[in-house]
Amino acid sequence: MQTLPAVARLYVCLVCLGATVTMLLGPYTGIDPRRLVLLAVLFVIAESISTMVDSGKTGISPSSSASLAAVVLVGPVGAAIVGFSSCLVLRRQGAVKRLFNGAQFALAGYAGGHAFQLLGGGRGVPDPDSFPWIVLPFTVATLVHTVVNALLVAGLMWCLGVVRFQRPRKVRWRPLATLELSSIGYGMLGLFIAAIWNAVGAFAVLLVLLPLFIARWAFDQYVAEQRAHDATLATLCQAVETKDYYTRGHCVRVSKASVMIAEELGLHAERVHTIRYAGMLHDVGKLGVPTKVLQKPGKLTEEEFAAIQLHPMRGFEIVREIGFLDEALEGIMHHHERMDGRGYPMGLAGKEIPEFARIISVADAFDCMTSTRSYRNARSVEEAFAELRRGSGPQFDPEMVDALIRAVGRDGWTTPDVVEPPDDDVAEVAQQDHDDPSAPLRVAGEKE
Amino acid sequence: MIIQGAPLGMQWRQHHASGHHAQLTQALLIVVTTIVAAVSLLWTVLTGFAEPRAALAFGVLIALGELARIALPGQREVAPIASAGAIGYTFLLTAGGETVHHQAWQVVAVVAMGMVLGELPHITVGRPPRWGDLARRLFIIEILANAFRPLAASLDPRDTHWWPGLGIMALLVVAVWLIDSVIAGAIRAERLRTPLRVAFRDEIRAQIAIGMAIGASGVLIALAGSVMGIAALLVFTAPLLVTQIAFRRFAEIRLTYLQTVRSLSRVTEVGGYVETGHSRRVSRLAHAIGCELAMRESEVLELEYAALMHDIGQLSLRDPIPSGATVLAPPREQRRIAELGAAVIRETGVLDNVAELVRRQCDPYDETTDSPPPLGSRIIKVANAFDDLVGESTDRDRIEAVVQRLRMDSGSEYDPRVVNALARVLERERTDGERTGQFRIVP
Repeated sequence: MQTLPAVARLYVCLVCLGATVTMLLGPYTGIDPRRLVLLAVLFVIAESISTMVDSGKTGISPSSSASLAAVVLVGPVGAAIVGFSSCLVLRRQGAVKRLFNGAQFALAGYAGGHAFQLLGGGRGVPDPDSFPWIVLPFTVATLVHTVVNALLVAGLMWCLGVVRFQRPRKVRWRPLATLELSSIGYGMLGLFIAAIWNAVGAFAVLLVLLPLFIARWAFDQYVAEQRAHDATLATLCQAVETKDYYTRGHCVRVSKASVMIAEELGLHAERVHTIRYAGMLHDVGKLGVPTKVLQKPGKLTEEEFAAIQLHPMRGFEIVREIGFLDEALEGIMHHHERMDGRGYPMGLAGKEIPEFARIISVADAFDCMTSTRSYRNARSVEEAFAELRRGSGPQFDPEMVDALIRAVGRDGWTTPDVVEPPDDDVAEVAQQDHDDPSAPLRVAGEKE
Repeated sequence: MIIQGAPLGMQWRQHHASGHHAQLTQALLIVVTTIVAAVSLLWTVLTGFAEPRAALAFGVLIALGELARIALPGQREVAPIASAGAIGYTFLLTAGGETVHHQAWQVVAVVAMGMVLGELPHITVGRPPRWGDLARRLFIIEILANAFRPLAASLDPRDTHWWPGLGIMALLVVAVWLIDSVIAGAIRAERLRTPLRVAFRDEIRAQIAIGMAIGASGVLIALAGSVMGIAALLVFTAPLLVTQIAFRRFAEIRLTYLQTVRSLSRVTEVGGYVETGHSRRVSRLAHAIGCELAMRESEVLELEYAALMHDIGQLSLRDPIPSGATVLAPPREQRRIAELGAAVIRETGVLDNVAELVRRQCDPYDETTDSPPPLGSRIIKVANAFDDLVGESTDRDRIEAVVQRLRMDSGSEYDPRVVNALARVLERERTDGERTGQFRIVP
């Protein structure tokens, strides 16, 4: 409690006070205590199996179905008690958080209950004849419950300074909408649980919760597998880079810069996800280029330059069987195309070049310039910007360059530490870098 | 522009999945299921449908569920909503307060028609179902319906309480699930040539979670339909839909993971460290030997990952060793490659078992030591040596000679059990190949 700001403390106290008053005032007449306890137990179980999304900040839980069933079966005051039982959730949680969660669920249940009764929903197990009209007051009750719940939590977040009023474009609506829709969906189940309560009692709720519990388990498996996949992908890409000591971490940083550009451009979340992989994998084909070519200090012969030009195709060859990549494949294949059509491997120009390739191209050059190479020190971010602006038009897509400069200007960029290659035969250093726009590869027979 | 190398893995997968082994169990299952379904349908059409509205509603639900079928890891096709709907229809006692009278053959007819309708769009766009899995889905309903429907009349919830009915439903669901696992295990054992008990355990493990969700939802649909009428069954499909989505995403990421490891294992080939297709041939062979030696599904998966990445340590070498054949490299060098590869894999933080298999892949097999290398490492050692010595060759004499050479070294270098398993796998491929006019399955 001490760590909370004063406003948040006041807010939590107010919410708790409100919940206590509603629960103390009652009335408790006509509420079956056994039913109340059973519902509270179910609520706690449901709340305990909630699925964490957004790395643990918010959770989707089937508890709203228990809460809404309470609205129908035991009325507003009963629903408040059931909601308050959320304090007892079986999870590691601080006392203040428990108390606040309990109080806000109690208020949401109370409000939902009153909405239901106001529209003539009654109390107790609904009569089969009351279908389908009972759905109307129930839907309103569900909406009221969801809205009160969301407002109370948003209020706390605002007091804590986590949420500020942002430009609407910056708010991520999709996850929020998914969260609220699923909560309403679970809420609607509450009515049907209430309807079959007489036949089999709490057993019905267990039957509903079992698939949800298994879904949560499968979802956890999915998240774990996704993490494992990402970790493996990153590690394997880095293993490819161990060939050249100075390019270590290059793929991870290009991936990061590509994501920054993509987010700045407002790309769809799924495409941002894909470009993260594309950035990671963009140079995987470099392994097909013989080491002696990569490390050659002087001018390259035509054949050697051709070998370097082949690396995007090689990369494409390696990863094309990875099903989900689709758009990323184009990005990998064309990340060395130039806007004026003088790039490789295809010589595409302007908007013919896939969007992903134009993004990766800028991110690639930016990271190359801001990290140390054996033949030069790292440049500052400003110098790199200047170089990107110079190439903006003939080499880079100005839109992407601007997006990167805006994003880096706002969020900052950590340049890699200066690396000193160890003196063993494993670490090798290249004498030039095909990604470096400030020091292009020198090919014999070309005018300087 | 040169694009080298065809998508090797795919070819082999299809080859393998099409199964030119004699799959007796599956054929028998499909024939029996189809006959029962056809007879039930004919009988129902002749005698007429009882409560056609309920039949129609459930038929539509089953068709939609079949349309939304998913593939779980390990090439297992399931249609949770269709199965739950079918179980719900089997267990339906009353619909909105009115007793229903449909008999077992009507259940089978409705479920079969729903499944066929749901599969039609898939078949027209060229995604036929796995026929064995489809037959199993229908077969268990045939059993369930014939066991439950005769009792239905005596379980009317308005005369007796719900509990005896629920108990019977739960028992039947568990029994049918066990039967299903046995059949699935038998089919799997035939397909992968692994012992039945291993395949059975794998099936139980793979299907227990989704099976519980299906069973619970099926019973729930029956209850809800009885109390609230047919409209309720859509609502109670919702929790199962959430489950299905979660499983689907898991299956997708599992497949992606395998594709990623498969693809990235090719960087050693593109870099000229190993021969084209080496990693995949080793992994395919290791997979077959692993099944032959009764490894569990999860162990086989780890083995497959380890086999794909067994040469990743070569990336740290300055110059590729000649033709990439590690079996010809001096033992110190082999060990160093293994250590480097294991270090890379351990870096992921999630594949420690795989890293251990890679680290010990070149340890000689010696029964007398305290800690012999794990079975997976011994398999990789044999498969790698075989492929290094044979390569893409399909020459029978050469293969014979290489197996002989491995046998001579077994006991001091290679595990004799693994070498024997390799010989059995090769022998089987040879006979299968002769039947299909091809000597060795070219990966």
